[in-house]
Amino acid sequence: MAAATPRVRKKPKINWTPYLFLIVPLLVYLAWIIGPMLYTFYLSLTSWDGISPELKFIGIKNFDALFGSLKKALPSAFEYSLINNLKWLVAFITVPTVIGLGLAILLNQDVKGDRFFKVGIYLPQVLSFAVIALIWSWIYNPRYGLINSFLFEIGVEDPPGWLADKSLATWSIIAAAVWRQVGYVMILYLAGLKNIDPSLIDASKVDGANSWQRFRNVILPLLAPVTTIVVVISIIDSLRTFDLVQIMTRGGPANASSVLANLMYIQAFNNYKFGLGAATAVVLFFISLFFIVIYLWRVMQDELEY
Amino acid sequence: MLTNSSQEMSTARMPTAYHTRQRVLRILLYIFLVVFTLLYMMPLFSAVVASLRTQDDISLNGFWSIPEEFTFQNYPEAWTRGRVSKYLLNSFIITIPALTATIFLSSLSAFALARYRFPGNRLIYFMYVAGTMLPFQILLLPVFILTNKLGFYNTYWAVIMIHIAFQLGFCTFVLRNFMRTLSGEIMDAARIDGASEFGIYWRIALPLSLPGIAAVATLEFTWIFNDYIWALILIQDDALKPVTAGLAGLQGQFSTNWPLVVAAALMAAVPTLIIFFALQRYFIGGLMLGSGK
Repeated sequence: MAAATPRVRKKPKINWTPYLFLIVPLLVYLAWIIGPMLYTFYLSLTSWDGISPELKFIGIKNFDALFGSLKKALPSAFEYSLINNLKWLVAFITVPTVIGLGLAILLNQDVKGDRFFKVGIYLPQVLSFAVIALIWSWIYNPRYGLINSFLFEIGVEDPPGWLADKSLATWSIIAAAVWRQVGYVMILYLAGLKNIDPSLIDASKVDGANSWQRFRNVILPLLAPVTTIVVVISIIDSLRTFDLVQIMTRGGPANASSVLANLMYIQAFNNYKFGLGAATAVVLFFISLFFIVIYLWRVMQDELEY
Repeated sequence: MLTNSSQEMSTARMPTAYHTRQRVLRILLYIFLVVFTLLYMMPLFSAVVASLRTQDDISLNGFWSIPEEFTFQNYPEAWTRGRVSKYLLNSFIITIPALTATIFLSSLSAFALARYRFPGNRLIYFMYVAGTMLPFQILLLPVFILTNKLGFYNTYWAVIMIHIAFQLGFCTFVLRNFMRTLSGEIMDAARIDGASEFGIYWRIALPLSLPGIAAVATLEFTWIFNDYIWALILIQDDALKPVTAGLAGLQGQFSTNWPLVVAAALMAAVPTLIIFFALQRYFIGGLMLGSGK
């Protein structure tokens, strides 16, 4: 790209101009993001309680405590959190992707009033998690919530307690989160579909491919870059989940809906175990890092195309 | 004769049958979309309905009963007694300076990264991109400590600063890619005319980037406005809480009055809904720019 080629002439002297532009934002970024990130690694190796003036270095004992708890007969909060994060991850990769893609395909064929459908499905994405948490907490209310009111009405004697039910709590929260996520995925796929060259679709029609074959062999492969982005964003979002769990259940009942992000908060700010909380954050970080690297690798490939 | 006419008929009917089939499919598609979208919006619809009823009515007759009466009482109640007015004001006090500073600072770094070649360019760019995906938890404790050390704890500045820093990554990423697409000729011409580098940024690059800035600012407004975790960690005083953290507290306080809580939640959603409906084009544009394309 000619426009992007810099205009700086080759000379031995360093051009300080870009650094002057960068200095203030970079300092803010280093102080509030990069520095803290590194400091969390350090904290994870201490037994700090958040109050005492001295930090006691204890090596990897916090990590031993976390992973050691996996061997206990009764599942620990950490074990619940890991399993629940996995549930979030699997649900987030599959459900919004399939529904979002399906809706995008349906809405991509000149449907009259498509704006109404798009806005209706996208709307939850605009709401804050706090708002969604409150609305869905009411929906799930065991006695007079939207769902159980309906179940009582049709004669169900003993409907589930949803957020109060150990085996349903996590899935109930995930459902609320998926409700918010679908519109986002749909919008990304709609944009992807717009970019598909119509002549490729026409060519497949001429070749006599039916709708399914066209979808499977032409559209889906062409959407692969969008799918990568969608999956990576969904994974990152699922690992970041905190607000809904914190407001709807605080990880309960009895840790059954806890996730790492929420466990870390409780360890540090409710139990004053900053070291242990930092260690949990580090575990979460490394799980995320794997996917961040995939995303970065993709962005880097885009860079090389220039 | 017979074969001939039947052949004629079938060729004549073929397209009609095809069209009928297409028509039926289209109607089915339409019905499906209408039903699906209405079901999808049901949580919101029913929340609106619930907010217009009284707790007594719902707990006595169930949500799916015919309402005894509709009342708007929950809204003023949530506004004053639920302190939603105060919380919303706090949200704006936090969001507006945070958004302004984020856009300004990120446009500076985006300009440097987009228009100059220098050692460290790629490294800084990837640092920003990677940073946008970090789980907040890895920053939580040190930012809490830093905020305390600086004397910002329990002030608006505590959350404003972390929002600026965290959102810098995404904004720089989007604006840098936007500024790369600008033509260099005008900037070269200005340089020949003796414009300073800052002048080129301020008078040329920034105005030309306005579409990108509008998109990213719309998106960022809702992100900062909707933040919950930083307010939870860094603000203790109820009088300073933004609406997200305020709402979470209401749930405990009015746990026996769901219509009021739901009314508060709906009111809290109004500013972002207005932004979305008024600036939909920019909103979606921001999402597109942000998804890497």
